[in-house]
Amino acid sequence: MSDHEHEEHAHEPVGYGLYFLTWFSLLVLTAITVAAAGMHFGNMSVVVALLIALVKASIVLWLFMHLKYEETIFHRLMWVVIFAMVVFIGMTFTDTLFR
Amino acid sequence: MSNHSIALTAHKDYRGSKLGIWLFLITEITLFGGMFLLYSIYRSEYPQDFHHAAAELNTLVGTVNTLILLTSSLTMALSIAATHHGNRKLALIMLAITVLCGAGFMVNKYFEWGAKFHHHIYPGSEYLLAHPKGEVLFFGLYFTMTGIHGIHVLVGMVLLTVMFIRILGQPNSKVAFVAGHGLGEIEGCRMAFVDASDRVVWKGDEVDGSVQRIDVKTKFWPVKQRFKVADFNQLENSGLYWHIVDIIWIFLFPLFYLIT
Repeated sequence: MSDHEHEEHAHEPVGYGLYFLTWFSLLVLTAITVAAAGMHFGNMSVVVALLIALVKASIVLWLFMHLKYEETIFHRLMWVVIFAMVVFIGMTFTDTLFR
Repeated sequence: MSNHSIALTAHKDYRGSKLGIWLFLITEITLFGGMFLLYSIYRSEYPQDFHHAAAELNTLVGTVNTLILLTSSLTMALSIAATHHGNRKLALIMLAITVLCGAGFMVNKYFEWGAKFHHHIYPGSEYLLAHPKGEVLFFGLYFTMTGIHGIHVLVGMVLLTVMFIRILGQPNSKVAFVAGHGLGEIEGCRMAFVDASDRVVWKGDEVDGSVQRIDVKTKFWPVKQRFKVADFNQLENSGLYWHIVDIIWIFLFPLFYLIT
């Protein structure tokens, strides 16, 4: 039991302040994405929206979901998913766009 | 008696359980990833129809729901942090707020979908089918993706409610000592529990020849401000699920509500 307890406390308990900061940055990014949608960037607007969404998702993964404190295997898992999604979406678009 | 008793403690692999949850979350990402792929291809084929159809959606409701889910993610993280700090009361309060936020999200969704149905916009409605193909596809994707996401929110709420009840009052560990062999040695004796100063707290019946085995089950109840690893391990894993549901909404929101 003591080994596991030690493992579980490999990192110091995270203070509450960091989470409020994380939450606040997510709110700011939400405001930016809503504002950007009203600015009519044309075709670029979807790119801007997706970039902001990716940043928000990364913040949630890194801080709320503690990826920052996890071992490398968890980071590698995320890269595998990201790679897989890029391949799925990229390959499908090379088909549909140049058909 | 110590020579003949076996302490039964369950082996728990907390790191393994966390890894398992992450693997499950990856299947969730690919589940929604497939639907996002479908969305992006149809959107690139019918950009104008998607823009017209998205104008039907209420951006304000979408934004409010985004704020609700982001806040619930904060309280979820705070609840887990509170367990690490040994603050059981704060953990429970934050967990309750998280579930309430989820309920608020679902209530908003109910009214939002209700308004769509009221305007005869639902999959397969005659009104909708009279619209261009791209708009039909947009609403098909809208109902499917926000619907499956909504189911995930409900599942998360159930999961967190279970966690709440567990932390509130379940005994968080049980150890059983079983004496089977060698009972003959204590035949004719009584078993007793004594406290630190050898005072008898509890005394059992006489152990005679008819006794085949003795099971002693102990339960440990968490006193205020004391947590076991198992408590926050389960809470952390449930929290990971809740956060992934939030991440999916982070992508759904701009793609459905912000393309006017």
